[in-house]
Amino acid sequence: MTFPSQFLLALCTIVVSAAAQAKPDFSGSYDIATLTPLQRPQVFGEKLYMTPEEAKKIEAMATAARAEGQKDSDPNRGAPPAGGDGSPGAAGNVGGYNTFWIDNGETAALVDGKFRTSIIHEPNNGRQPQLTPNGMARAQQFFSMFRENEGEAWWYPGPGPWDNPETTTLSDRCLLGFSSTAGPPILPALYNNLHRIVQTDTHVMILSEMIHDARIVRMNSGHLPQDVRSWLGDSIGWWEGDTLVVETTNFRDTPALYLASENLKVSERFRKGNDGVLNYSFTVEDPTVWSTPWSGEYPWPKTEDRVFEYACHEGNYAMGNMLRGARILEADKAKADGPKDSGASGGE
Amino acid sequence: MNQRSARCARALVRLFLAMTLLFTGMTAAAADYKAPRLKGTKQPDLNGIWQAMNEANWDVERHMARAGVQTREGPAGPVPAVSVLRMGAAASVPPGNGVIVGGGKIPYTEAALKKKQENQADWANRDPEVKCFLPGVPRATYMPQPFQIFHNSNSVFIAYQYAGAVRDILLTDPGEAPVDSWMGQSFGKWEGNTLVVEVTGQLADTWFDRSGNHHSEQLKVTERYTPMSPNHLWYEAKIEDPATFTEPWTIAMPLYRRMEPDAQLMDFKCVEFVEELMYGEFRRNPLPR
Repeated sequence: MTFPSQFLLALCTIVVSAAAQAKPDFSGSYDIATLTPLQRPQVFGEKLYMTPEEAKKIEAMATAARAEGQKDSDPNRGAPPAGGDGSPGAAGNVGGYNTFWIDNGETAALVDGKFRTSIIHEPNNGRQPQLTPNGMARAQQFFSMFRENEGEAWWYPGPGPWDNPETTTLSDRCLLGFSSTAGPPILPALYNNLHRIVQTDTHVMILSEMIHDARIVRMNSGHLPQDVRSWLGDSIGWWEGDTLVVETTNFRDTPALYLASENLKVSERFRKGNDGVLNYSFTVEDPTVWSTPWSGEYPWPKTEDRVFEYACHEGNYAMGNMLRGARILEADKAKADGPKDSGASGGE
Repeated sequence: MNQRSARCARALVRLFLAMTLLFTGMTAAAADYKAPRLKGTKQPDLNGIWQAMNEANWDVERHMARAGVQTREGPAGPVPAVSVLRMGAAASVPPGNGVIVGGGKIPYTEAALKKKQENQADWANRDPEVKCFLPGVPRATYMPQPFQIFHNSNSVFIAYQYAGAVRDILLTDPGEAPVDSWMGQSFGKWEGNTLVVEVTGQLADTWFDRSGNHHSEQLKVTERYTPMSPNHLWYEAKIEDPATFTEPWTIAMPLYRRMEPDAQLMDFKCVEFVEELMYGEFRRNPLPR
């Protein structure tokens, strides 16, 4: 054998044996809805798992609630009381989501054959760790602008939540889905829990239904320069055995994860479980907001369902209506109180 | 393993010979080009970041340069409309040979041509791109921003940088689209070296370009993606819509691979860029407009 052909043969042996170590293919669609909450209900204390009986009970409650919500409405019912019926939450008061919209799972999350009490498993109590003073300030900022609809401009004459489009939530603006649906970390939401993975040798694309957000993970690559920031962060991936590891940094100061800052770093691990289930686990580090890292895990079962288009911005009549509604409430309040609008946050 | 390695080595020798021929000036006709196969399939590998390099998003028809993307009559010919006046040459239309096969005009019905002219005269209010709406197909292909094809043995998925638009090219017949959408329903199949994608179920709200060229919800687009070299694809899209056009017409153009070593899709969530335009007047303290 001549030298070049020996060299080529050696090169090819390396290439072929590398190709033989085929990696699992995670391509497919997943329905990640689960009744297991991110944070553990206090009643479970440090118990990571619940008994099958406890899981059954939770599932039965959810089934009953769904059946109740799906009952036919009385076509002869009267109008709701002016200002709403006072019920809180997404379905509340003057009417919001009914059961048609809600699709948050029918079972508790099953990990290693056992039902989880929470997605978070680190810290041991299954809850997000203590906020730093900075994290506390971020939470206070949020809550200062969050109230159930009281039917009047409670913020007047001070700055309010609907002063500008930029002061409304990212999901109201159609910029990111709520509940960190596109992540990272990717978390289950009240509805639209379908996710689609298309994996190639060089990239892994993870589509989340809400906001048609496609996260593009570059395999075996370095992070972008620090001055390139993006809504979903900069994701790079590599293989550790049969586990796909994805690390995401370079966030803007408003990641999808509630309260997180631009210093957020998320590590995610994807590995094949039984019956086409993808085991998804993650660790969140953001020393600006949380005193320690925290980690979670839950299964992504495969689905044959299609991900349909979620054209949020194109149909966002709510944004204009919310802003106009707030201007009307302020005008009403000004009329009642006399004019003293400081407009503190306006026009900045 | 040894047999596979030997086969691989022979292939590399052939590749070396082929490249030598290429560099000595002998180029195969592009039509004979056989793209590298996607691992484990007979399909040409379409993975990559691609972009059109033409003026189609300004106007798919052949056109000379114009004073503005929206114009009005001046004392001595068209001048920029008020909506684009301050942008000067930056909002003027660069000339283009058009991308319509055969070089003709779009075969509009009489009523549809009138609507195109009205669209063009009211561009700033009507072009869905101005509001950062999803572009639809084929416009997504030739927006002046890159898109990425993710291709493996069971999926073809396209992510566009503009507005973060996406398309999942379904590879088994999905039947009639159960609901209309901005990006439509895509059904793809392979014809030799070509990925053929039928796009139906598109809303009537998208346009072909910044010149008011439009369609109805009866639009059917048949796209063809054919590799012509390691770094360019040939793209064709046959446009059928009996409610808007008197006959089918076809656009065609090359799509180029983005060659920068760090080429990648970046964020272009333009929603936040149009909030002032769409909602600014409802601010608590509106900015001067």
